[in-house]
Amino acid sequence: MFEFITRLFSGSEGSKNKAKERLRLVLVHDRASLSPGLVEALEEELIEVISKYLEIDEEGLEVSFDEGDDSVALIANIPVKNVRRNL
Amino acid sequence: MGKVIVITSGKGGVGKTTTTANLGAGLAASGQKVCLVDTDIGLRNLDVVLGLENRIVYDLLDVVEGNCRLRQALIKDKHFGEHLVLLPAAQTREKDAVNPGQMRELMERLKRDYDFVILDSPAGIEHGFKNAIAGADTAIVVTTPEISAVRDADRIIGLLEAAELYEPQLIINRVRPDMVRKGDMMDINDIDDILAISILGVVPDDQDIIVSTNRGETVVTDKRSRPGQAFRNIVRRLLGEEVPFMDLQQRKVMHWFKRILSGEAQ
Repeated sequence: MFEFITRLFSGSEGSKNKAKERLRLVLVHDRASLSPGLVEALEEELIEVISKYLEIDEEGLEVSFDEGDDSVALIANIPVKNVRRNL
Repeated sequence: MGKVIVITSGKGGVGKTTTTANLGAGLAASGQKVCLVDTDIGLRNLDVVLGLENRIVYDLLDVVEGNCRLRQALIKDKHFGEHLVLLPAAQTREKDAVNPGQMRELMERLKRDYDFVILDSPAGIEHGFKNAIAGADTAIVVTTPEISAVRDADRIIGLLEAAELYEPQLIINRVRPDMVRKGDMMDINDIDDILAISILGVVPDDQDIIVSTNRGETVVTDKRSRPGQAFRNIVRRLLGEEVPFMDLQQRKVMHWFKRILSGEAQ
């Protein structure tokens, strides 16, 4: 009962949500850095899909993860040579 | 031909050895022939958890190096005799004294004589872990509902898959229903959300485990023990039965009642 009252006044909702939130983020980082093979496979498939629509410079393609304080973004830098007109 | 299961976790101290001992005893109690293998070379503990520490003559390395026959190194359990045997780890050697090829060969031999071979893996992801998973057909990952343990479990799942041990199953150990109720501990659903892995069982944190380990006994055969019940459920699932997860919240009234009766509720 006492705990319930203190919680009511402190406005806290239990620490597990904090744990989940932190865990989710740390796993995105961990999984992203888990294997270079994963990034390589991602690159290959990106090339495959994008090449359907655009002619790209495969050599100049760069894929990386940008890690902010509370988010992780996938950054793909893909130089376009030409747009395929025959679609 | 039996099945080789490796019990692993990444993080130390989450209950791999206790889990190995209890699943072994539970399977033996169900009539299966079980061989437990301690692969934690230099830091063996499965022997003390089972209360077999005084019976060790030979160990895993003696078998691998041909100093004894396999049969000579297998220690029969106090309760289950031939149905539950332990192959202890060497205590005074380095982890790299054995290699994955030798482990694979050893598992092939044990599989012929036992329905289940359960390997207790060391913590970490280095040499000892690689040895432990080398001859395994399937893996069980043990975690607790803490950030550090779940994170390490995720890493281990990735490494197991990289080693072609697909679809490992998860045991969530040391769940505290009181903390879950208050929202201060992740529960089975939270971990399920995060880890995308099938859950084999949930084991409540309970003093029974410490008491039984002090005595060199397992809780799985104790009918009144909650973690014992959880391990029995896991054993039945391993044998192909569908068993619903224990309702950990149900405990309160019974527990309180039990404590009053045992005069411990001052």
